[in-house]
Amino acid sequence: MVDIKTTKENGIFLIEVNGEVDASSSIQLDNTIKSALETEQKIMVDLARLEYISSAGLGVFVSHLEEIQSKNISLVLFGLSEAVYQVFNLLGLPQLLKIVSTKEEAINALN
Amino acid sequence: MTKQCTISCDPAVLPEIRKFVGEVLSSNNLAEVESHKMILAVDEICANLIIHANNCDPTHQLNITVEVRPNDQVIFTIKDQGRTFDFTNYKEPSIEEIVSSRRKGGLGLMLVRRIMDDIQFATEKNYNICTLIKKL
Repeated sequence: MVDIKTTKENGIFLIEVNGEVDASSSIQLDNTIKSALETEQKIMVDLARLEYISSAGLGVFVSHLEEIQSKNISLVLFGLSEAVYQVFNLLGLPQLLKIVSTKEEAINALN
Repeated sequence: MTKQCTISCDPAVLPEIRKFVGEVLSSNNLAEVESHKMILAVDEICANLIIHANNCDPTHQLNITVEVRPNDQVIFTIKDQGRTFDFTNYKEPSIEEIVSSRRKGGLGLMLVRRIMDDIQFATEKNYNICTLIKKL
C-alpha cells in the first residue's frame, strides 16, 4: 500500500512516500511526519512515487500545519504528479503548504 | 453501461474499490485526471461509510454501482445498511477551522463536493443510498 523511507542529506530530513495513502494507510505517514517534527527543522517530502492520496493523507499535512508554523519548521513537498497535485489543489493546499516541482528546488527552498 | 460490485466494510478493501471504479472509467475512455478525481470521490464516500456508518464491521457490505452515460454523465450509487448520515444538517467547515483545530478529519466531504456536480443521500427501506453525479 504505502512504503515510506527516511534519510538525512546535508542537514535536511528526507521523507520518501511511495504507493497509495488512503484511510487505511495514512497512519504510517502520520507517524513519520509526527516523529520528524519532534527533532527536525528542515524537512522535504518526496512525493514523486505517490500514486494516490485521499483526504486522510491530506489531513496528515493539514493537521500538523500549526505545529510546523509554531516551531518555525521548514517543510517542502516536491515531485507531485499532475493527478496528485490536483487533489492538493482542490482544497487550496498549495496556498498553505510549500510545494515545488523538483528536489533541487526543494533543497534551494530549505537553504 | 452499468457495472456493480459488492464489498465488505473493511478499510483494507478501499484499493479494490478504486481499482473497480478505475477499470469502469478507463473502459469508457474518460480523461485520466478527471477519472482520478471521480475515483477519489467514491473512495472518500466509501471510507466514511465503512469507518463511521459501519464501524469497520466486515460482516456489513457496501454495494457500488457505476453507470456511465457517454457524453452526458457518470452516476455512482453506493448503498449500505449502516448508520444513516444526516447530510441536510452537514455544514462544511472552512480549511482554516480544520487547520487551527489540528484535526485530520473533515476534508473528505469537502473534496467530494468540489469534484461531483451533485451529491444526494437518501434512505429507502433498510438501505442508505448515496448518489454522486459527475457531468461529462
